[in-house]
Amino acid sequence: MSNSTKHMKTSLKTYREAINEALHQEMERDPTVIVLGEEVSGGAGGNGQDDAYGGVFGVTKGLQPKYSRDRVIDTPISESAIVGAAIGAANTGLRPVAELMFFDFIGVCFDQIFNQAAKFRYMFGGKSITPVVIRGTVGGGWRAGAQHSNMLHPVVTHIPGLKVVMPSNAYDAKGLMVRAIRDNDPVLFLEHKIMYDNACEVPDELYEIPFGEAAFPRQGTDVTIVAISNMVTKAIEAADILAKEGISCDVIDPRTVSPLDEESILESVEVTGRLVIVDEANERCSLAADISSIVAEKGFHSLKAPIRKVTAPHTPVPFAPELEDAYIPSTAKVIAAVREVLGA
Amino acid sequence: MTYSKDFLLRAYRTMKTIREFEERCVSEFMGGNIPGFVHVSNGQEAIAVAACIDLDDKDIIGSTHRGHGHCIAKGCDVIGMMKEIMGRATGLCKGKGGSMHIADIDKGMLGANAIVGGGPPLVNGAALTAKTLKTGKVAISFNGDGSANQGTVMEAQNLAVVLQLPHIFMFENNGYAEGTAAKYGLGCDSLTERNAGFGMPAVCVNGLDFFETYEAMKEAIERARNGGGPTAIEAMCVRFDGHFIGDPQLYRGENEVEDARAKQDCLKIFRTRVKKEKWLTDKEMNAIDAEVMALIEQAVSEGLAAPHPNPETDLLSDVYISY
Repeated sequence: MSNSTKHMKTSLKTYREAINEALHQEMERDPTVIVLGEEVSGGAGGNGQDDAYGGVFGVTKGLQPKYSRDRVIDTPISESAIVGAAIGAANTGLRPVAELMFFDFIGVCFDQIFNQAAKFRYMFGGKSITPVVIRGTVGGGWRAGAQHSNMLHPVVTHIPGLKVVMPSNAYDAKGLMVRAIRDNDPVLFLEHKIMYDNACEVPDELYEIPFGEAAFPRQGTDVTIVAISNMVTKAIEAADILAKEGISCDVIDPRTVSPLDEESILESVEVTGRLVIVDEANERCSLAADISSIVAEKGFHSLKAPIRKVTAPHTPVPFAPELEDAYIPSTAKVIAAVREVLGA
Repeated sequence: MTYSKDFLLRAYRTMKTIREFEERCVSEFMGGNIPGFVHVSNGQEAIAVAACIDLDDKDIIGSTHRGHGHCIAKGCDVIGMMKEIMGRATGLCKGKGGSMHIADIDKGMLGANAIVGGGPPLVNGAALTAKTLKTGKVAISFNGDGSANQGTVMEAQNLAVVLQLPHIFMFENNGYAEGTAAKYGLGCDSLTERNAGFGMPAVCVNGLDFFETYEAMKEAIERARNGGGPTAIEAMCVRFDGHFIGDPQLYRGENEVEDARAKQDCLKIFRTRVKKEKWLTDKEMNAIDAEVMALIEQAVSEGLAAPHPNPETDLLSDVYISY
């Protein structure tokens, strides 16, 4: 927990609850915040219960009964229309939070994101702002197969004009969501679907976590481990196991991958001289490759060993549990990579 | 229209196979034998069978996330399907696809699709192949009332008209796009009127009635095979299960599902009709029921006994390049 929130009253909240609370409190504070997407409330036009889903993972539950269907809008299955409307509304006075149920669905509406939202501020000479948040679930582990399990953050991180947020715990999720809603640029807020039930102490009141500032869940001096999203959990597990053997790992969670806290990574590598990057995305042209190149260019003289990347292989996400488990980087692979850079 | 006994027995057998396959998927999923997200189509069997019964392996279909019934109706191996859904190495897609990505190209089954609206543009491609190579084959995309609202589907509809492609757009309107009522998501009063607005023949049928759906389909297929271009059929139906297995279905009214099972069961409607017409007897259909039950039992037992994929050899296979 950062210094600025230390005085705040906290309670145990899941990742799901933390995001939900951020949305509740920001909608309360700012009447221009709206939520829209497929099943964000659920049951529209039906004969059953109102607010039947609250999002397929329950993240937006309870918003609609409180703020009405005027501000919590169930949409048809039309991703281009959802995201486009959110972006256009952001250009004209609202602060929409649009949901892409599964971030894989970005394929249906990518033009609105990369050709439209991402470019407006620059292309229009700084005269346009696009304060939109596009939420989406990412990652594997649910046996959801090739079209519902991708980690596509490298694709959007590549694009100038987009901010990309990837919280790894409930505390960060709330503070980053608040920051995202208040930000004047398009923010892609990527929630790893395997983490929704993970809980930690989270302040009850509103707070922001700035973009571009990494967190340091474990501090150490032998090896730097940079991990993204759910991989932070595995990096911490690996660090704790290795600590018992006297190997000291410095685990860095960038929290936002665009902007990226390069400085913290370089400072850590200056101390450790060894870098392992853990990311669930495919390796080529990825964030892991990007961080590796930054350190190779700017931290070359600190390095005592080649950089190691622990990523998914260059395949779509397989369905069968045995294959998916082999696909997603494991704690054992992180440990093996740490040993390798140590020459152990 | 008159129907041969063989045709009627095949129609019933296929519908019953889908029903039992889907019901068994629910229980096997609940028992932990099927991983992932699974969307079953029980209640909608008549449409899948009516749409596919006159097709051969060279006619193409493109399916949805709710695709098991379409697979079975198109002739995919039921045992291979169960193995696939269980994630086994000898499944139709070697366990790499699963329920939402099941396909069998040899049977003209281009694939289930986990992206709503992902299929129809591809099915246009299959129809374009048929038109270009003058094969006389047709292509059918299955859609829901939900995917009707995707731009990809509407673009595909317009292109099919522009190019006069042999593509039949089958819209299974089961009343719900996930948990949102069709009448909420469809801004228009009638999807069929919207479909007609694209400039193609468009009809609405009772999708619980195999015969009504079949006759509309037969006309559409003949038109497509004869160069008459696309058709849209909206088939009204009922989903007996949730959007996915395990869906609490809070969005449905009290007793809605129970009532549908009692009064809107396309298999019961089929049986009533064929007995009334004296086309088939209970004895004949009961015999099929027993054979179908045995087949599903065999599919599950072979599925459970089938080998799991081996990450050492299977994770990196069927990729055009490995790094």
